[in-house]
Amino acid sequence: TKAMALVFEVLGRFNRARAARLTLPHHVCQTPLFMPVGTQGTIKGLTNSQLEDIGCQIILGNTYHLALRPTSELLDEVGGLHNFMNWQRGLLTDSGGFQMVSLLHLADITEKGVTFQSPVDGKPMLLTPEESIQIQNRIGADIIMALDDVVKTTITGPRVEEAMYRTLRWIDRCIAAHKRPHDQNLFGIVQGGLDPILRDICAKGLVERNLPGYAIGGLSGGEDKNSFWRVVAQCTAALPEDKPRYVMGVGYPLDIVVCSALGADMYDCVYPTRTARFGTALIPEGVLKLKHKAMAEDTRPIDPTCPCMVCKNYTRAYIHCLVTKDAMGSQLLSYHNLYYMLQLSRNLHFSIVEGRFPEFVCDFLHKMFPKGDVPEWVCNAMEVAGIDISSCCAPFSSCEESVSKSMPEEVILAG
Amino acid sequence: MKFVVKKAYCSGGRIGALELGSCPKPIETPALLLSTRKGLPHFIAPDLLTSLPFPDSHLLQISPLHFLEGLASTTISKIGGLHQMLSLHQYGIAAVARDSIQCLPESKGATKLGPSFETPCGRLSINSKDYVEMISCMRPNIWATLADEVPAWVSEKRNKTSVDRTVRWLDDCLALNPAAGSVFGAVVGGPNFDERMRCAMEVAKRNVSGYWIGGFGLGERIEERPALLSAIIDVLPDEKPRMISGLGLPEEILEGIDAGIDLFDSTYVYCLTLGGFALTFSLDNGGNQYDFQRCQVERDLTKINLRAKVYSKDMSPILGNCTCYTCRNHTKAYINHLFNVHEMLAQTLLEIHNTHHYLMFFRVIREAIKDGRFKKFRMTFIESRRVHQETKADCA
Ligand SMILES: [Zn+2]
Ligand SMILES: [Zn+2]
Repeated sequence: TKAMALVFEVLGRFNRARAARLTLPHHVCQTPLFMPVGTQGTIKGLTNSQLEDIGCQIILGNTYHLALRPTSELLDEVGGLHNFMNWQRGLLTDSGGFQMVSLLHLADITEKGVTFQSPVDGKPMLLTPEESIQIQNRIGADIIMALDDVVKTTITGPRVEEAMYRTLRWIDRCIAAHKRPHDQNLFGIVQGGLDPILRDICAKGLVERNLPGYAIGGLSGGEDKNSFWRVVAQCTAALPEDKPRYVMGVGYPLDIVVCSALGADMYDCVYPTRTARFGTALIPEGVLKLKHKAMAEDTRPIDPTCPCMVCKNYTRAYIHCLVTKDAMGSQLLSYHNLYYMLQLSRNLHFSIVEGRFPEFVCDFLHKMFPKGDVPEWVCNAMEVAGIDISSCCAPFSSCEESVSKSMPEEVILAG
Repeated sequence: MKFVVKKAYCSGGRIGALELGSCPKPIETPALLLSTRKGLPHFIAPDLLTSLPFPDSHLLQISPLHFLEGLASTTISKIGGLHQMLSLHQYGIAAVARDSIQCLPESKGATKLGPSFETPCGRLSINSKDYVEMISCMRPNIWATLADEVPAWVSEKRNKTSVDRTVRWLDDCLALNPAAGSVFGAVVGGPNFDERMRCAMEVAKRNVSGYWIGGFGLGERIEERPALLSAIIDVLPDEKPRMISGLGLPEEILEGIDAGIDLFDSTYVYCLTLGGFALTFSLDNGGNQYDFQRCQVERDLTKINLRAKVYSKDMSPILGNCTCYTCRNHTKAYINHLFNVHEMLAQTLLEIHNTHHYLMFFRVIREAIKDGRFKKFRMTFIESRRVHQETKADCA
């Protein structure tokens, strides 16, 4: 068998949901697990000691940004990103492809790789699967991601099929290029848009390669929630039981609960820190906008039930006068929001291990939808996940159409 | 507040102890007050504050005017005052309207009713009544009365008016008799020797707990300062603490300490941090900077610019023997990268190091005073430092 630099031990299950111990070269993690995004080797003014206090287990670094600055060569020279940022726990890097396609208008994908215009000198550059792996080998994260051909889930037609087959061809080039399989885990990414047949072919193809872990890619790109959970449900079912499953770009608390119920283990998203910058806090009831005038006189903590450093010490009124004006505002809000996400991860893990996962899900939904207006897609997903949530749904309109709560408002506004 | 002068030395400087109800240990003076924005250090979150030297770091300077936008005094009062709101129960808080960073006196806007300040949210004017009301709500340990600070170039007449007004506002503040904190009477007078003395004498007559000396760092000539400072200090009673705003550079601190000042603000640390500079001057007991290793890029060895490319691969800490959180955990290369990509952690790590370094500088100074060798320390420090320092500090 091929070299693997991780051990994945399932500690508890509830139907499709599982809680596991994921042992990586740098850290022993508990799944389900949210991974904060530290694009450039840092997260929003928070120190490593704060991130450890919050309970952060894996930080995601963006290969595209790190390759530009400080460059992968420099990181290699100084002993990798762990050493550079003095982070003792887990790291994951993406392939860099998605960032290029989403950030640079002039990116173009061919069989060779992703062609893009250099942001430094404007010259055309090419990121091949081999190069992406080579760069990630230099950065040295515990988990590295294969270069895939990403298409938006809103695109249909032959391009989706082409991208899926190309992703499968590229995985072999990635595997061949991977020089550090004993220290770094290469994850393959399931593509195929919203087409169940394409997703199935892709998942099967990747599973044949016996990789240390698998990601479900191409989601969170504006597809409707029904398609979203169905793809997740289909992919988790097709992926092996004894390997971690990572849903890329997913980060709304509700989405994480649903995906975990469907058998996913890992998530990443910029949402908690980005929304903090705009003055929004994550709370069990949904979101709290601290910029709002009413906050100026509110002497309660952001979330009275949250035991984090910020909620233990500060009032909404004080945070209100800091947010969007002072650096400390976004630092404190990011701290709370990340704490919320990691507390959610811990709650998912322990409720599964302790056999009370359905109760946890119901409690979570009840707080977020006190009127019982749980969105229909959540009800449908939970049915597939085998979790009875009837106790937190309104008696007559058991599953109402409700988009507003599943997707916080300012995200819609920010586009 | 309780203040004791432990000893005044003929070789310059005095050692005192400042006891504040909230702080578990007396703070030795001369001391540095940490500058804040809305009560918290600019980039250091409260849980990181505890990594700074204790009890040295437990004195904070706050400008009540920061809260004029966004937070009503009554709300602060409802929360229980500044200590409660900031959750800094073991810290001493000194309120001064001017913060020397974003809240600067604007003498043209001042009227007989009160001073005016240039702030990020426009020009703010305040009168004694409103100010005292804010102070009563905020309940700092120490608060300075309002001052009509004028730059050095105003006319004699305007300068005289500023003294009259400052003394009147002091009386107004005292008459309002707020329940909160110890009052420090403001002393102004610009670069005029007689006005400085007149103001100090008037303030010394009043029932205050200490003195806040304003009007420095506003365009006066460096050479004028020693005489102005001693004119003020000679008039002020010895047993009460003296705080100053507007002196920040190490040389200025030493000068102020020599004159008998006890409390300083840390705007210098803030300016350096924003500019990407890390303090690296020697904390040698004797003040000696000669042995300090010369570096290739920067002529000014008193501080290094972490934005400089030369640090991009430098995997050593800012200072090898520094025990601050930043130096124990991070390298120059990492901080250089953080500056390059405009990440806030750069300022956080740098503010921690610079604050730590400056607090240690104060410790070294206090030791020198106690050993009766402050004069020699100061001379050695300044002369050996001059050798290394060719450019003036950006933050002067
Ligand atoms: Zn919290
Ligand atoms: Zn240091």
